[in-house]
Amino acid sequence: MKLDERQQAILNGSEGDVKAKVMKTLVMYGDAFGAEKMVPVTGKYNHLVTSFGLSVMSEMYSLMDKLIEAGAVSEQKFSVDPRPIDKNIPTNLMQKLFFKIMYSKQESYENQLNKLGLMDKNAFTCACYFDEVGNKPQKGEVLSWAESSAVVYANSVLGARCNRNSGIIDLFGSVAGYVPYFGLLTDEGRKATWIIEVKCEKLPQAQILGSAVGMRVMEEVPYIKGLDKHLGNELNENVCSYLKNFGAATASNGAVGLYHIEGLTPEAVEHGQSLIKSDAKIYVIDDAELERVYKQYPCIWKDVSAKPAMCFIGCPHLSIHELKEWTEKIEEGIKKNNRSKVALTTVLTSAPAVIEAFEKTEYAQRLKNTGVILSYICPLMFMNNPQCGKMPVITNSNKLRTYTSARYRTDDEVLGIITGGEK
Amino acid sequence: MREFKGRPVVPGQCKATALVSHKGFNTLASFQKSLMFNDKTAKCSDQNNCDLYEKPMAKTALCMPQTIGSTTGGLVLFSAAAMGRQPACMLFSQPIDSLAAAGCILTDVWLDDVNMPTIDNLGEEFLEYVKTGMSITVKEDGTVIAE
Repeated sequence: MKLDERQQAILNGSEGDVKAKVMKTLVMYGDAFGAEKMVPVTGKYNHLVTSFGLSVMSEMYSLMDKLIEAGAVSEQKFSVDPRPIDKNIPTNLMQKLFFKIMYSKQESYENQLNKLGLMDKNAFTCACYFDEVGNKPQKGEVLSWAESSAVVYANSVLGARCNRNSGIIDLFGSVAGYVPYFGLLTDEGRKATWIIEVKCEKLPQAQILGSAVGMRVMEEVPYIKGLDKHLGNELNENVCSYLKNFGAATASNGAVGLYHIEGLTPEAVEHGQSLIKSDAKIYVIDDAELERVYKQYPCIWKDVSAKPAMCFIGCPHLSIHELKEWTEKIEEGIKKNNRSKVALTTVLTSAPAVIEAFEKTEYAQRLKNTGVILSYICPLMFMNNPQCGKMPVITNSNKLRTYTSARYRTDDEVLGIITGGEK
Repeated sequence: MREFKGRPVVPGQCKATALVSHKGFNTLASFQKSLMFNDKTAKCSDQNNCDLYEKPMAKTALCMPQTIGSTTGGLVLFSAAAMGRQPACMLFSQPIDSLAAAGCILTDVWLDDVNMPTIDNLGEEFLEYVKTGMSITVKEDGTVIAE
């Protein structure tokens, strides 16, 4: 890799040994992908994936200390993934005890994050690109983000440029101010090697469609045809929510970092089918294919016929638009089923800044009246507690299903179960 | 016995028993339980991976096409290595992905006492040939012998 004068100087130790090691890591990382140069990070803010003070990750905290002590802190402020604990979610004694042990480093880790450049004390969300949060990159900006669902959204819906960086590498890009130029940063790397032909009768469930695409294309770039027929050609709130959920499923069930949707996402609108490589493979998705994908999800509950005890909606975090929509649907559902409250512990999750904005609307009280809990938590971190993982939890998130014992249900099924209309 | 030649992303040598995943290796889903619950053998907790589910991964020659899933992947691998629960080597049939590369390189640069040779580009034939339980030898130049 060819480094410019400043980059070479950093590598040689002009800004200290620790920063030199940071640069060495980035150079090796770039070399693995044939990067010929480093480019400046141009986004205003960074986003980090590691938000949890998990007690067993001592090596990471020691690495963070090394950075802080050496003054090798982020040149950008950053947001970070959601917090792992929220006292608003009911937990029993054993669960509480486990949380206390598991995330015993939370406070000290948050102190480290503050020293490293956290945007503000509430910048904890996987959906940092929401307007209320304020970390929304512009088209063409180069980022050093991690968090698979945020990276795929930034690349696909916002047209920013970011590789699927890992935790720590995300921070290193920001500390050095440069990232190696390869993959999704390049025009060539943003071309599609798969054509997905969506031939469904109605708008498919975002989470199942994303799962099907992710499992098939893995880390390649898909160009999706036939979805604009259902979604239209405007990136409005509804469509952006759909794409957020779709993208999260492609990234967790596979390793997709960028997708193009014909007639809808910015680069597909700008460049059309010239984004597709000549030897692109084709995957046709119809309703039967989605049904096949849905049916193959394993259920690892001890008792697969157990009655759900809890439900999580909001992985990734919900937008304010989705919060309002779920409020209305839950209200209608419980009314239809002659109930006054939801039938099981139901948690909607969103960014602290979105929750703050939502609390100012009339919907907040309406949601509260249904018995639903609104939380800023990361459902995945909650489910990682083995005492919580034992519970029969349902979710409409394919990401949560992938990483935990939570059982996936479609939006309609979830609604039916939580409002007592379906067992 | 067959010999394959790949690219050493992190050079090194080792001898270990093969553990083969024919689908993308989900690093977070696979390692998260063992990291949290002091399982020194690092039993795979990825329910979606029938090749690996509940099999010990530590000290194996972990063979796969690529890694997939959460961008905590590299950090998870780095943490596993810091706790001594990493595979003896990571062997990829395809070009390495960004998360696996991060994990292997972080381990190499920041952990003084761990060497986890990482070889990619071993080709589809490698993954077709190698079976869980085979003996694997990795050489400094990226040669992998499966027998």
